[in-house]
Amino acid sequence: MQKRALVKVLGLTFGAALMTACASNSDIAEGEELQPLDAAVEETAAEVETQGIEAQAVAGEQVDAAANEAQAALMKATVFYFDFDNITIKADSKNALIAHSQYLAANSSARVVLEGHADERGTVEYNLALGERRGLSVSRFLQANGAAASQIETVSFGEERPALMGHNDDSWSQNRRVEIKYQSR
Amino acid sequence: MKLVFKIVLLSLLALQARAELVIEITQGNQRAIPMAVVPFKWKGLEALPENVAQIVANDLGRSGYFNSLSKTEMLSLPNTEEEVFYRDWELLRQDYLVIGEIESDARGGFIINFKLIDVNTRTVLMNQKLTGGASALRDIAHFMSDRIFAALTGVPGAFSTKLVYVTTNRDRTQFNLSYADADGAREQNIFTSKQPIISPAWSNDGKKIAYASFENGRSEIFIQEIASGKREKIASFKGSNSAPAFSPDGTKMAMVLSRNGNPDVYVMDLATRKLDRITTHYGIDTEPQWMPDGKSLIFTSSRIGKPQIYQVSLIHRKPKRITFEGDYNARARITPDGRKMVMVHRNGGDFHIATQNMKTGILQILTTDTQLDESPSVAPNGSMVVYAASMGDRSILAAVSLDGEVKFRLPSKYGDVREPAWSPLLK
Repeated sequence: MQKRALVKVLGLTFGAALMTACASNSDIAEGEELQPLDAAVEETAAEVETQGIEAQAVAGEQVDAAANEAQAALMKATVFYFDFDNITIKADSKNALIAHSQYLAANSSARVVLEGHADERGTVEYNLALGERRGLSVSRFLQANGAAASQIETVSFGEERPALMGHNDDSWSQNRRVEIKYQSR
Repeated sequence: MKLVFKIVLLSLLALQARAELVIEITQGNQRAIPMAVVPFKWKGLEALPENVAQIVANDLGRSGYFNSLSKTEMLSLPNTEEEVFYRDWELLRQDYLVIGEIESDARGGFIINFKLIDVNTRTVLMNQKLTGGASALRDIAHFMSDRIFAALTGVPGAFSTKLVYVTTNRDRTQFNLSYADADGAREQNIFTSKQPIISPAWSNDGKKIAYASFENGRSEIFIQEIASGKREKIASFKGSNSAPAFSPDGTKMAMVLSRNGNPDVYVMDLATRKLDRITTHYGIDTEPQWMPDGKSLIFTSSRIGKPQIYQVSLIHRKPKRITFEGDYNARARITPDGRKMVMVHRNGGDFHIATQNMKTGILQILTTDTQLDESPSVAPNGSMVVYAASMGDRSILAAVSLDGEVKFRLPSKYGDVREPAWSPLLK
């Protein structure tokens, strides 16, 4: 469902970009029609047409750029949070994780390490295992969305490397996490 | 009624200026037997490096079995049987008296003669001569405490034992595996790293420590010889390698590996390095511990969704759940007699240390005044549990007796102290 949602978003962006491209084309076509039919004008027309083609090419690039931009924006999220003693990926993490998956799928030489972490509550070894399973949970999600197993490595630091040092809910919620770290892009 | 008193043992502090940990007794046992350890007579000229009688008094007082009389309350300071006025000690309602003398021997070592006296029957229960090298005064003192404790309680003393634990600075850029006396004195770092160190575990002969170190970017298991400092990498399979536990006979090691994806319990034959996979569940299986007979393991599993303790026979291989009270039971340790299990327990609220009777299943929560209690480790005589807890914004070591009556803390002067492991009885 989440995947479809993203495809829809990207689709819409793509469509909008295409529409923009079409619109500029028709603008040009209209302008063309308004030009008087003489040599200079023809020249202009040819120039305009050339520009039009260029404009189309530029528009084409815009399409990719928009999709890339959307992906890049989603990929800015590299830390994904979890509930206490839980390895379920949260709904609001999924679009970003799909963007990472698609990037990995499109860039076969890209490699990531998934660092799993837990908050300090509970035991050291249970938390190490919990961090491991959070990493595996994200790994499976990335693979289900196109990344290859060979691109992903998971490592758990359990409760040993907290993001925040506080002993309260705010810190704990920031410490229960998986961090995606790119080793190569 | 529990007698609650807070004493910072200033004299102890003075004695162990180099030590990081300072004991604070936070709860004593009202049923503790009153006894007096009289300052020993020193026949030499130069000041002794250690106050032997004070170390013995502290040891016995901290055990919870005894209440040591402070020197300032003593009416007389006898060193020999002839100098004992029994009426003084009867007046002070003391049941036992320890007196002694220290002299140096020809090689620069020490000879201590001490007597344990029953005040009520006016009889000498113990009359012993202990000897040791120049640097061994503290060892002699702990050994004397062990002898007295065993004579009066029938339980071997654990005062000559050691602790290993992990210390870190606030920024977690420096991790030390520290080694100290059971009272926190004489601390030394036996391994240091910029990466985390977790789960130190003793071999049953007390000569080696196994632990997981992240020095190569992920957890791997190492065994380190205490005397030589020699280290050997035991497990560095793909994924995490952690939670080492030596078998009672020392030939095998239980451990947790995630080489197949999910963390599972394995047993490695230390001679052949052959692995035997014990659990195969898709949940978390971790924190294996050997039962004293070496025939089964107890471990933590999340197979029902929340962590609970399970026992698995190494023959039948069918894990059986053994904890049912609470929504979080983990990191179980077994008392040396195999009768009780000590673990991290939570029932909706805070994390505390609890014991569970292995036969009846009856659970008792031992700690109430510390937060985020974890990493319990049982003294080799089954008298106390040392554990890590949160105090203010720090992680400290604390200890509680198996009956929950006696509590003390070992706060560090800096940074966090975590993951204590109490040594076996050392010969």
